[in-house]
Amino acid sequence: MTTPHDRAEIKTAQILTAFTDGGHRGVVVDSPPGAGKSTLVGRVGTEIAAAGDPVAVVAQTNAQVDDLVVKIANRLPGLPVGRLSRDGYQPPPTVLLPNVQVASRVDDLPDCRVVVGTAAKWAQVQTARTWPWAIVDEAYQMRSDMLLLIVPLFEQMLLVGDPGQLDPFSPIDGERWAGLPWDPMQSAVAVLLRNNPHIVPHELPVTWRLPASATRLVQTAFYPFSQFAPGTHDGERATHVPTVGIRRTAVDEVIDLAAGSGWGFLELPHRNTLRTDAETVAATADVAVRLLQRGTETRCEQAPGGRRLTAARIAVGAAHRDQVAAITRALRARGEIADGIRVDTANRLQGAEFDITVILHPLSGRIDATPFHLTPGRLCVLTSRHRHACIVVGRRGIPELLDAHPGTEPVHLKGFIKFPDGWEANQAVLAHLANHRVSAPH
Amino acid sequence: MTILTSLAKALAAYSMTPQQLTVYRHLHISSKPIVIVPLTLAGETNAPLAAMVGPDRARPTLIVTRQPRNRAERIEFAGRLASELLFPIETAAQQTQATGPGPNARLRVVDAPQLWVPNPAGIEFIRTLGRMTRLRFIEGPWAVPKKVRDLGIWLTWFAEQAEFADTGALIAATQAIAAVWATGQSDLEDGNLAAQMAWLAPPEGMDVAAAVSRAENPQLCPPAGPSTDPTFDRLFLEPALRDLATARNPAAHNAVHRRLTAMLEEQMRPTWELTWTAIDLLRDVPEAPRVPKRWEQQRDRFTSFHRYVADGGRPQAKRDSAGRSAQRLAELEQRMAAFEAQRAYDDPLVIADHRLTGEAFAGQVVDVDPARRVPGLRRNMLRPLVTVATGDQTHLDVGQHVYDPARNGQQAVIESVTETEDGWRIELELHNQMGSGLTAKPGSVPTLGEDVTYTSVTETFVRRRPWPTRDETPWTHGGPPPDSTPVVEDAAEDWS
Repeated sequence: MTTPHDRAEIKTAQILTAFTDGGHRGVVVDSPPGAGKSTLVGRVGTEIAAAGDPVAVVAQTNAQVDDLVVKIANRLPGLPVGRLSRDGYQPPPTVLLPNVQVASRVDDLPDCRVVVGTAAKWAQVQTARTWPWAIVDEAYQMRSDMLLLIVPLFEQMLLVGDPGQLDPFSPIDGERWAGLPWDPMQSAVAVLLRNNPHIVPHELPVTWRLPASATRLVQTAFYPFSQFAPGTHDGERATHVPTVGIRRTAVDEVIDLAAGSGWGFLELPHRNTLRTDAETVAATADVAVRLLQRGTETRCEQAPGGRRLTAARIAVGAAHRDQVAAITRALRARGEIADGIRVDTANRLQGAEFDITVILHPLSGRIDATPFHLTPGRLCVLTSRHRHACIVVGRRGIPELLDAHPGTEPVHLKGFIKFPDGWEANQAVLAHLANHRVSAPH
Repeated sequence: MTILTSLAKALAAYSMTPQQLTVYRHLHISSKPIVIVPLTLAGETNAPLAAMVGPDRARPTLIVTRQPRNRAERIEFAGRLASELLFPIETAAQQTQATGPGPNARLRVVDAPQLWVPNPAGIEFIRTLGRMTRLRFIEGPWAVPKKVRDLGIWLTWFAEQAEFADTGALIAATQAIAAVWATGQSDLEDGNLAAQMAWLAPPEGMDVAAAVSRAENPQLCPPAGPSTDPTFDRLFLEPALRDLATARNPAAHNAVHRRLTAMLEEQMRPTWELTWTAIDLLRDVPEAPRVPKRWEQQRDRFTSFHRYVADGGRPQAKRDSAGRSAQRLAELEQRMAAFEAQRAYDDPLVIADHRLTGEAFAGQVVDVDPARRVPGLRRNMLRPLVTVATGDQTHLDVGQHVYDPARNGQQAVIESVTETEDGWRIELELHNQMGSGLTAKPGSVPTLGEDVTYTSVTETFVRRRPWPTRDETPWTHGGPPPDSTPVVEDAAEDWS
């Protein structure tokens, strides 16, 4: 029997061969959440560079670039690695390794075997140089118009990304280009695949992050056509809550439920509210703090003996920035214990990993379900950041709200269609959460 | 809908008076606007029926198709509309001035034409009519007059300009009004010019409530088009068209056509008047300080497009190529961001909206170090520190760039945010617009006790690699498209 490690290793080797020996101009790798995407990017980049060829690496945000620079520079001691940045960029101390050079012009990095920069920065590059190899990380978050600008710089490209996460965004109504195979509002990978139907994406087979309890739901709800398995089996990950509350509340109950099953849904009474609904915000903050107060411990393949859950391993996710601000204030009001808990929007949590996540359901308390709230990527990001358990907080009535708001977006001829649609994905997640529900009293 | 808009709508509904959403009007209004009130025939996409058009409120030109079901007559309609529109376009293009004194100065028209339609559906009419006419041949078996094709090229240009947030070329009256005033009715109701204007300019001696219910009566306030009222279609239009089709001789035909013209004029006249009233109302709102600059850019665009057409430029393509669509998207985004920022810098009510969403804060300077210097790459740089006490709930983080609308968007970076008993203290490092010396120019650094506002909203201008031309389309986007030269047969209609 092959272990998950073996399967992942075989797939990585296949991807490397397809990219370096296949003579393909483009290779696409689809990755489910936590399947070792950036590890793959780091590894492919390192191996090509070590073999003697220059490599360009494209990421989407400065944080991702810094992360990749460190990863690659550590694997390539002695070979110079370039960090392409805007003028005046102050790299964090972790990036300043002896073999890292920082410059705002790519021609100032002539000796660098590997050059890493954001897509936006690459799109400004003015140079006569081209790179034989390029690796694009988070390619599903890059818009196709960006790809259009950077393609001429590279001969062969490896595009790695997670198709289930949030699509790139524009405030512009792009109906004008709907259905065009080069629609600039679509993701880089979507356009590349539409124009090059012979390219079949590779899929990473193992999610190292998601526990067995989450893999099945995330797969059926957000990746119905992919096959991926958890890297751990049921018993390997466990959550233990040693302290029993004296006066047990719904918050305690939902924590116990999530500790046992990996999922918990704290359901507040139905009410139509503002986005920053005080009760939901308070409940969300309570769950996060209570996890720490009760001395939660997690056991996993990294810590087989178990370890205490710290604030830094908890994330609180929400859809809107004002909700994030409200939850941050609520946590601050609960004292020092909450220091270090990351509270952020789905957009910014993309790519991050935590032990336990607490999320404010995007549709909680709303009177309507807009395309913004129905985007499957948003819910997918929120429900796939955790290694142990995910606790959702929301008001009663979300299924009814969904039923009342089927998608009404126009469908265009030859338009890019993405499965599953957000409505369906939301229903799947809700159906699952219904079995892990704790109702808060009035 | 923003918080302030919601509040304004609630207040308007409560008090039954429209509420002003912005202090200024952020739209240039031409001294000689051209209004077009189009009507189409139900049942077919953009079958023009009639239009009332012109720059003179008192003397509109009335164009009525002689037989709307006849497709050749639609070209005839376009030709008559061309006679009305191409003349002012040409007149405007002839009067130019230099952009500046130097040798690099270009020519810019003194004033550019500005078209008004009653509502967004009117813009759609302009766009579709442009699409219908711009790709026609002007010679060969299916030739149309050159002015018809030129009209198509221009209408397409106006409709494409209307996609930009900061446009001043083609304006829908309902949208221009809704940008300045909130009424107490829904957005859907505001889409009806008559209902919207009932709030702003109710008929003499009528209160808003009565005027709004009057606006619901299509007999008194016919729809602003291009679609006509179905009851009017059934009772008047349909019989007239039938008579037109069965008229035996020219005299009979002319008689029916006169009847048709009179009834269509009756349908269009109220909308025509309302559109002009809307323009007058908007003109009375003070213009925002950054409007003239934007209008100057719009004149530049008109000037260069006119030169393109005069030099025999080809009509706009049916579809954007890969490079063209990406370039266009970038321009749409850039102009939208710039417009949003300029509005915020100009208008206290717009900045208030940003304060409510946490993208801006206002407060008092409680500490300032105007002479602070930090070591730079070559020499020390002037980097004053300003500490602002604010009660606004911002969610701006350390390291965020913010801009001072009162100092022409002077850039600052948030150095720290500390919570106090009654709000926050935000420490800012100023970065530019203080002169080139090591001491700041007078007035360029806020003083102790000054009330200041900072926002993260800004104009973004990104320098990019050049967009690929058609022939440079990369493999990821389908490669260079096959060359297509238009041939006469393209004009044949496919009836299969």
